Amino acid sequence: MITAPFEYARPRSVDEAQSLLNKYGSDAKVIAGGQSLIPLMRLRLSQPTALIDIQGIRGLNEVRRDNGSVEIGALVRHVDIQRNAMLRESLPILVEMSNDVGDNQVRNLGTIGGVIAHGDAAGDYNAVALMLDAEIITNKRRHQARDFYRDIFTTALEHDEVVTAVRFPVSTGRFAYTKFRRRLYDWAIAGVAVQETGSSWRVGYVNLATTPRRGSAVEAALAGGASAADAAAQSGSDIDPTSDVRATAEYKRHLTQVLTVRTLQKATMAA
Amino acid sequence: MAVTSMIGARIQRREDPKLITGHGNFIDDVNLVNMAHMSVVRSPHAHARIRSIDTSAAMASKGVVAVLTAADFKPVIGGPLPVTNSFVADKKQVPEQFPIAADEVAYAGEPVAVVVADDRYLADDAAQLVVVDYEPLPAVMDIEKAMEPGSPLVKSDRPDNIGWDAAFPGGDIDAAFAEADVVLKQRIGQQRVFPTAMETRGCVADYIPYDNRCTLWTSTQVPHFIRLFVGGALGVPESQFRVVSHDVGGGFGAKLRPYPEEYLATAASKLTERPVKWIEDRTESLQATTQGRGQIFDVEVAAKRDGTLLGLKFTQLLDIGAYHGVFSAFQVVACLLGGGCYTWKAINARSIGVFTNRMSTDPYRGAGRPEATHLVERIVDLVALELGMEPAEVRRKNFITSFPHTNNFGLVYDSGEYAKSLDRAMANIDYPALRKRQEELRAQGRYTGIGFSTYVEICGLGPSSATAPAAGIALVESSMVRVHPTGSVTVSVGTHSHGQGHETTFAQIVADTLGVPYDSVEIRHGDTGDTPFGYGTYGSRSLAVGGMAIMASCHKVVEKAKKLAAHAFEASEEDIVVDQGRYFVRGNPSEAKALAELAFASYGAGLPEGMEHGLEAVSYFDPPNFVWPFGCHICAVEVDPETGGVSIDRYVAVDDCGNVINPMVVDGQLHGGIAQGISQALFEEVLYDDETGQMLTGTMLDYFIPTMAEMPHFELDRTVTPSPTNELGVKGIGEAGTIASSIAVINAITDALTPFGIKHVEMPARPDRLWSMIKEARA
Ligand SMILES: Cc1cc2nc3c(=O)[nH]c(=O)nc-3n(C[C@H](O)[C@H](O)[C@H](O)COP(=O)(O)OP(=O)(O)OC[C@H]3O[C@@H](n4cnc5c(N)ncnc54)[C@H](O)[C@@H]3O)c2cc1C
Repeated sequence: MITAPFEYARPRSVDEAQSLLNKYGSDAKVIAGGQSLIPLMRLRLSQPTALIDIQGIRGLNEVRRDNGSVEIGALVRHVDIQRNAMLRESLPILVEMSNDVGDNQVRNLGTIGGVIAHGDAAGDYNAVALMLDAEIITNKRRHQARDFYRDIFTTALEHDEVVTAVRFPVSTGRFAYTKFRRRLYDWAIAGVAVQETGSSWRVGYVNLATTPRRGSAVEAALAGGASAADAAAQSGSDIDPTSDVRATAEYKRHLTQVLTVRTLQKATMAA
Repeated sequence: MAVTSMIGARIQRREDPKLITGHGNFIDDVNLVNMAHMSVVRSPHAHARIRSIDTSAAMASKGVVAVLTAADFKPVIGGPLPVTNSFVADKKQVPEQFPIAADEVAYAGEPVAVVVADDRYLADDAAQLVVVDYEPLPAVMDIEKAMEPGSPLVKSDRPDNIGWDAAFPGGDIDAAFAEADVVLKQRIGQQRVFPTAMETRGCVADYIPYDNRCTLWTSTQVPHFIRLFVGGALGVPESQFRVVSHDVGGGFGAKLRPYPEEYLATAASKLTERPVKWIEDRTESLQATTQGRGQIFDVEVAAKRDGTLLGLKFTQLLDIGAYHGVFSAFQVVACLLGGGCYTWKAINARSIGVFTNRMSTDPYRGAGRPEATHLVERIVDLVALELGMEPAEVRRKNFITSFPHTNNFGLVYDSGEYAKSLDRAMANIDYPALRKRQEELRAQGRYTGIGFSTYVEICGLGPSSATAPAAGIALVESSMVRVHPTGSVTVSVGTHSHGQGHETTFAQIVADTLGVPYDSVEIRHGDTGDTPFGYGTYGSRSLAVGGMAIMASCHKVVEKAKKLAAHAFEASEEDIVVDQGRYFVRGNPSEAKALAELAFASYGAGLPEGMEHGLEAVSYFDPPNFVWPFGCHICAVEVDPETGGVSIDRYVAVDDCGNVINPMVVDGQLHGGIAQGISQALFEEVLYDDETGQMLTGTMLDYFIPTMAEMPHFELDRTVTPSPTNELGVKGIGEAGTIASSIAVINAITDALTPFGIKHVEMPARPDRLWSMIKEARA
């Protein structure tokens, strides 16, 4: 429960963070809220030799809306999302999700940049980033979410890349998110997000494969006029769950169908 | 007894302001000058031979004071850990466990080396540098496979994997079964669970060379017991060995034994001549603190068509782990209580303790009684289902109704009114309305269920007549009551609170019995340096046994105070009346002396001829019997057949623990107890990989401790049937909630699923498992 030894640096700018990452080399890591990284370090599953703490960098905690998109700074915390009135109008599904991320302590520290960079399939926002075609902005380039999530905890980020913001299209259509879990503060055993954009539906899956997944087959079925139940029956090809201490893979597949139907119903009934 | 004002009062716990404002004094709050820190290197293998241990890199690491292995400890620790397995008489195998493995490890988490360093960080860093060369051996994880002849052995020096095999015959079982109209069989599991105290274990050992003197601060339920064994092994007499345990953040049975680390830290202090602190981290705790349950019951029941219960046969297969827990064999009490609160012609039980390559099991809140209740309440529901009877009716028909009642194994239930608590619980939950609603909802495709648990349990451990066979133990309890010259009172006791609120409830008893203000009474416990020898706190014994020891000392003090009053009033002792702490001559209450005045006199000049100075007494109480709390819990659930998710709609409990000292404390014990039972029913399960023996639930992320949000509102109520066993009329309540609750939930779920033809559900009732059962039943 005690981390391996590490160096610590607190840069004042993104450039400085980048040069520190290069200076300390490939075993250095960015730390933001620490809510994913520190649990791993505590178990010594991750043993970075240096932590580059980006929390002192100005300007990374802003939320802006322009030209049909919202840009959320990497250091915007879950609690900031929960309380942001503009986001509630422009991207309500993210606000809804933020209410149920971890517990108060986690929401007070964890950041959206951390969720994205960590690339955890169980990170709720990742599914929304993927399904809404978000853009991940770093010190070096702009990534399209659809090309970003590569494998388990693996993203397209390079070692010295710092996420500075995430850009989502303003999404004000009907939406719903269902997070199936057994404890209030827990991660999703399975999560299903749906968002209406224009005349079509976007579907995203949380923790149902090694990466976040988009419900492309379900979306296509819905676009073709299928009922919620018939469309949900297609979810099997969108996901690839594994058995773990929480549930069997078979159950997760079934659950995904059930939750997809229920989430679509919730979204359409809420409107 | 005088008119009481404090006994029965619903007052807030005096320990809470300190605890909830962060002013508690837990083990990690103990810091000594020059203190070093210990980190334990543990086996990553469930079973392996140790070829060699290379400590050189660790030794060279920054800040390291010592790296110690079994070879270093052997000369300092004289002998193995204690085992009290004498509860079982038949065949038994009691392998010795030295606190640290020498050449073979038998569970993942077994200590193989310790590092002592200047701080905890350096100790943990160096611990990673200890190189142990292991030769992995096959791990034995399955209880039934372990019993097979030719099974790999849990440890290679043992003849087989059987720890005990004990028969408990209770009457003519064949005759009972011969009368049966129905015979039903069921296998019922009890998964392993973590006791999960909020404060993990930990200790600080301060051995003073030259004096051969030692102080051990440790987080424990049993300070005197620790002193006896750790002091004994280290060769430090009790007079020189002080065990101190301040606030303890929960124990649940897992802190009622001496542990390897207590020996190792003490020995390390001796070897390094520095105070040594060890604090268990959560992952260590999950691996290396004793676990609860881990049992399988194969049960067979015989009943008549009218619902009369006749006979019960069952075998308990108990997963001991690699070594006996100090009190693992106590869990066979499940056999003796397997008949629950019903009359049986005969019960025939057998317990087989089986070694596996896991951490030991040991008592966990309820220890054997939750298993017994789960078993019998499940079986009674199966009988009801088979006969098409109301579950409540089968219960009512078979309740024990006259007391004292001697059960099939000769245990004597002291008092009870089982039908009364059942009636009350049914009224509180409005049972007829609930059943009607169930019908309506079923028609709509919704599945609700109602589950009963009518329980009786044995606690207040224990009369020496009953415990004597266990290595001559007398589980008596002690107190010392000292009235100071100006009337304040110090009460030192051998029990030790680990969250129960003794400082409040014991002071309530003393205030009433001595007739002194509640605020003038100080309760001391947890420090062997200023408390009389006691066996500690477990088995819901602290009030029924420890509280009675306090009463006994108070009575002695009152007797002496009467003599002092008689002397002061120049009256005869027979004429002295004591009324709420006022001592006066019969007929003259206006001229009274308070206890404080008599106390002052007792330390001054002019005492009666031959009277010693002072006003104090020491007492030991050996109860004539156990005490037998009981009650009825009813749970109402809804199961979502599509997800297998369970929601608890209502939870009603009517408990009877005899007279109540403080209703708020009783309610608190019930809340925590019920939560732990519900948690076992729905959430918790220690999982190990069957092949490798690696723990799969090694963090709190993967081990499901629910939160308040997952708990229903507990609707508590009580009946009061005083115990005839003790003057206070009290029974224990520390474990009753856990004993009753798991099966109330499981019976409710089973009831909800009967339309699918499902008759039995195992714990934990995880959504995926319920869904699979429903799916199979539908197919
Ligand atoms: C008990 C608990 C429950 C939780 N439950 C949930 C849940 O239900 N849903 C959920 O989504 N999350 C959950 N979380 C995780 C939480 O949301 C984390 O806050 C989030 O995953 C990571 O954000 P962080 O700022 O804490 O990142 P950190 O832990 O600081 O970093 C995580 C990773 O991202 C990298 N990183 C961080 N920021 C950047 C950046 N700007 N640029 C480049 N790399 C970066 C780090 O190097 C590290 O590898 C839970 C956490 C805990 C402890």
